Amino acid sequence: MARHRCPECGYEYDEVSGDDHEGYAPGTKFSDLPEDFVCPDCAVIYKEDFVTEQRSAT
Amino acid sequence: MKGYTATLKSGEAIYYIDRKRWLWTLSVLYPVQPFLGMWLHARTGQPGWLLLPLLSGYVIAPILDWLVGEDENNPPEAVVPQLEKDRFYRVLTYLVVPLHYASLIGAAWWAATRELPLWAFFGLAMVAGIASGLAINTGHELGHKKSAFERNLAKIVLAVPFYGHFWIEHSRGHHRDVSTPEDPASSRMGESIYRFALREIPGAFLRAWHIEKERLERLGHSAWHRDNQILQSGILSLALQLGIVIAFGWSMIPFLVVHNVFAWWQLTSANYIEHYGLLRRKEANGRYERCQPQHSWNSNHIISNLVLFHLQRHSDHHAHPVRRYQSLRHFDDLPQLPSGYFGAYLLSYVPWLWYRVMDRRLLALPHVAGDLDRVNIQPGKRARIESRYRHLLATDET
Repeated sequence: MARHRCPECGYEYDEVSGDDHEGYAPGTKFSDLPEDFVCPDCAVIYKEDFVTEQRSAT
Repeated sequence: MKGYTATLKSGEAIYYIDRKRWLWTLSVLYPVQPFLGMWLHARTGQPGWLLLPLLSGYVIAPILDWLVGEDENNPPEAVVPQLEKDRFYRVLTYLVVPLHYASLIGAAWWAATRELPLWAFFGLAMVAGIASGLAINTGHELGHKKSAFERNLAKIVLAVPFYGHFWIEHSRGHHRDVSTPEDPASSRMGESIYRFALREIPGAFLRAWHIEKERLERLGHSAWHRDNQILQSGILSLALQLGIVIAFGWSMIPFLVVHNVFAWWQLTSANYIEHYGLLRRKEANGRYERCQPQHSWNSNHIISNLVLFHLQRHSDHHAHPVRRYQSLRHFDDLPQLPSGYFGAYLLSYVPWLWYRVMDRRLLALPHVAGDLDRVNIQPGKRARIESRYRHLLATDET
């Protein structure tokens, strides 16, 4: 499970929590998001331009 | 006046005063102009005063833009985080929300309760429509922000001209597709504003509906579910406008129709001039290149910027959509409109004149350099444009 951050506006997609407003259930992998996914906050960053941050083991 | 201190990367300490700080109140006051007309009408008995905001939008603002000129001042990047956090600026965008409601209700009340000649009655509906076109501008500034409070205010203010879908359509549709042939809210070279309006108004609504429907389907709901944000804003619009009809009578139906259409027309006008003919390149992976500063037309005319929450610094807005209005920047060598928006709107209403002024500017842009393949062009118009501008086009023969 990783976090994916929009480099433009800082929106974060966390695979653990998903995004309930956008309809992505907790546990939905970033790679399973639609191909035309854009940042839900600024809409100018495509999926492949998100920055991946691995979660540190807790 | 409030100042900000910051330290540059070089270690130099700077002190910055935003000279436009208090001038931004103009963006709050401009939408309440219908009341100025009503006050002057009440004082003089002359209904012609009700049309004063039409005069200020279409005549006085372009002249003032021309007289007062441009402002290229940018806040230093080092103070931008403080500027963005300063609550003063955002409070102005909150204050204007109830004023938009007041402008419509006030104008409707005046139209319904005064003996007005027909031209003044519908003139006042247009004046209210201009104020509500500015409500879309307010909703635009608020809707780009990340806080739920500001997003909710955006939906509330967009309900005034029955344009609640704009919040979804603009961020998730227009910003994603801007300056591509797929975007109903980006105008094409050789496309008149009238033809554009027929593509933009329904196209934008359908795109918003489609985006919201997909979201609701992911949540396991139908498009008509109560969480549909377009319907939520629509219910608010219906309550407001039905309330006006119940309170002030049947004459309010044509009044509100003219008001709504004229408000939408303000947005159509802005959309038409903001990206005329500009085109993002398609990359090898089939995506369009990221929106670059050269993909928007700009204006630094200070008067129109001060009444539009800096909307005219449009390149920086598209590059950084969540940046607040007070921090938007001018950059050299951006596509520039010949005037502020209000003057450019007038120009666009006369298509042949618009083409005459803008087509040359478009073809002369450094990234276009007379290459029609780098222009968003109206299908079917290419041959005519090629023959008209032969002398301005890049040729392979040289």
